[in-house]
Amino acid sequence: MGTIIWTTIGAILTLSVYSFLYKDNPFYKFAEHLVVGISAGYYLVIYYYNFIDPNVVTPVFQLRLGDQAIGFGSGAWWLALIPGLLGLLLYTRFFPKVAWVARWSLGIYVGGYAGLGLSPVMQARVIEQIGANALPLTSVTNVLIVVGLLGTLAYFFFSMKHKGILGVFARTGIVFLMVGFGASFGYTVMSRISLLIGRVSFLLHDWLHLV
Amino acid sequence: MKRTWLTFLTAVLMTVLMTVAAVAQEAAPVVDADTPLEDVPLDTVAPAAPGALTARDYLDSNDAGDKIELDWELSPDDGEGSCDVAAYHVWRSRSASSPGEIVAEVSSGQTHYLDQDLEPGAEYFYSVTAFDGTNESAPVVCAPVAGRVNLFQWSRISILALMIVFFGLVLVFTKLAERGDDLFVRRIPGLNAIEEAVGRATEMGRPVLYVPGIGEIDNIMTIASLTILSHVAKITARYETPLIVPTARAVVMSAAEEVVKQAYTEVGQPDAYNPDNIRYLSDAQFAFAGAVNGIMLREKPAANLYMGAFWAESLLLAETGFEAGAIQVAGTAMVSQLPFFVTACDFTLMGEELYAASAYLSREPKLLGGLKGSDWMKVVTIALMALGAVLNFMGFETFVNWFQTQ
Repeated sequence: MGTIIWTTIGAILTLSVYSFLYKDNPFYKFAEHLVVGISAGYYLVIYYYNFIDPNVVTPVFQLRLGDQAIGFGSGAWWLALIPGLLGLLLYTRFFPKVAWVARWSLGIYVGGYAGLGLSPVMQARVIEQIGANALPLTSVTNVLIVVGLLGTLAYFFFSMKHKGILGVFARTGIVFLMVGFGASFGYTVMSRISLLIGRVSFLLHDWLHLV
Repeated sequence: MKRTWLTFLTAVLMTVLMTVAAVAQEAAPVVDADTPLEDVPLDTVAPAAPGALTARDYLDSNDAGDKIELDWELSPDDGEGSCDVAAYHVWRSRSASSPGEIVAEVSSGQTHYLDQDLEPGAEYFYSVTAFDGTNESAPVVCAPVAGRVNLFQWSRISILALMIVFFGLVLVFTKLAERGDDLFVRRIPGLNAIEEAVGRATEMGRPVLYVPGIGEIDNIMTIASLTILSHVAKITARYETPLIVPTARAVVMSAAEEVVKQAYTEVGQPDAYNPDNIRYLSDAQFAFAGAVNGIMLREKPAANLYMGAFWAESLLLAETGFEAGAIQVAGTAMVSQLPFFVTACDFTLMGEELYAASAYLSREPKLLGGLKGSDWMKVVTIALMALGAVLNFMGFETFVNWFQTQ
């Protein structure tokens, strides 16, 4: 009985969302507000239990990090406390006189991530690509790869106007980009169709038992 | 007649062969299940020793110096010769005078072993023997070796080298920009469209919707988006057009608030800033998309700007905006989502154009330096690839291997 009720609720919400295809209406509004509200609450709980509790609350107040005990004032304790305090500083923006302090946390957060990301990005997007694309022009495939790569790089060269030989390469690059986008579009549309089939199957099989 | 002779010859041949076989069988020791163990002849011949052994400190990032890797050459009796090597024994000792203990048994055919959980800095003596199940070959030894804490991973020296080149270029161009040199950056067509879109919204008396994507604040696309948001906020502040910024991340909302507030203050319209228009909707991707769709239909923005990191929600947003009749400009470096924006929006900033736009709009020396530096880094990259291709063709693969860091 419970299954029937929950399946029916799911089906009604699915139809409410699809009603958006006609136009905005109270059913869609209800489904939209429901999912936004539930997800906000859900993520609040997830963030607390997955991040704040194990990384800040438990180490700082219960002196435990995972299964291990940590000492009050130890390195691990400070490593839990300081990011926690930086997180709290974000709330200073509710107090106009000290709102600027929130920028410290944002600065450390953004700068830290940017620094950490430098080496992997250079490795994956530059170094490895040089190694993979240093191809001798001994086959049609290699020629296509090299011409496509040079054309695309030329298109994304901003220090000169796209005229002359650079313009020719840039236009070639655009052709390669559009061919790539077309292929990607078709591939993704197919995957979206499979999602639609999944919902239709839910309605006709799980809910109405028609198929 | 012929058949008779053939039969006779065959019989003689068979007789000879069977006689030889019987004699050989009699000569060979017979070992079966009933034979006492002490009567079974023992294999007393040890396999030949493995070839040259090398032991070296293991190089890895975050290596605490507690690993040593060993390589040796196969024994001549492994797969060839008497073909009786069953395994290799790796011996480890702290002194040269003793073989120490067996720390690993490596299958035949293998020539590598990584010894772990060692004392960093301590000297170890290794030897390897071939083992046939009964006999141990003579050991092959190598020079003592100690593990070191590796603060630098030499296999990734190419990353450091190119980063030095890249940041050198960025610093040079940043200094030139700070000095006031006119650094040329070509105009990106999509940027004109942003101003046109905001102008149209102003004429129609409707708001501008700016979606900074659903990436976190650590996403470089989100950071570039916030720079463009600053430019857009200045225009809307001047025109006194409402600017709605829905966000999917709490920290991005904080940053967007700061950016918009600052922009309104810079153009002398601090009172026009409405904090209620910078909204946190939901971390959930499709809940966010649904809520933004609702904003498009109920608050009817005349211009929708999508700048940042987008995933599967891109087409949902762009299609709804298209249906609502808004002028739409998108910008993202998410290759998988670009096709949807290209299809459903009036203008699209593709890939690096998003970053170039933020530099072009702000003329901030650091951003300009970054853009020019990355431009000339592309030239360096093309030159290296061309050089690598030529050297590869000539059979010098070392150069290309230098760029394979995995």
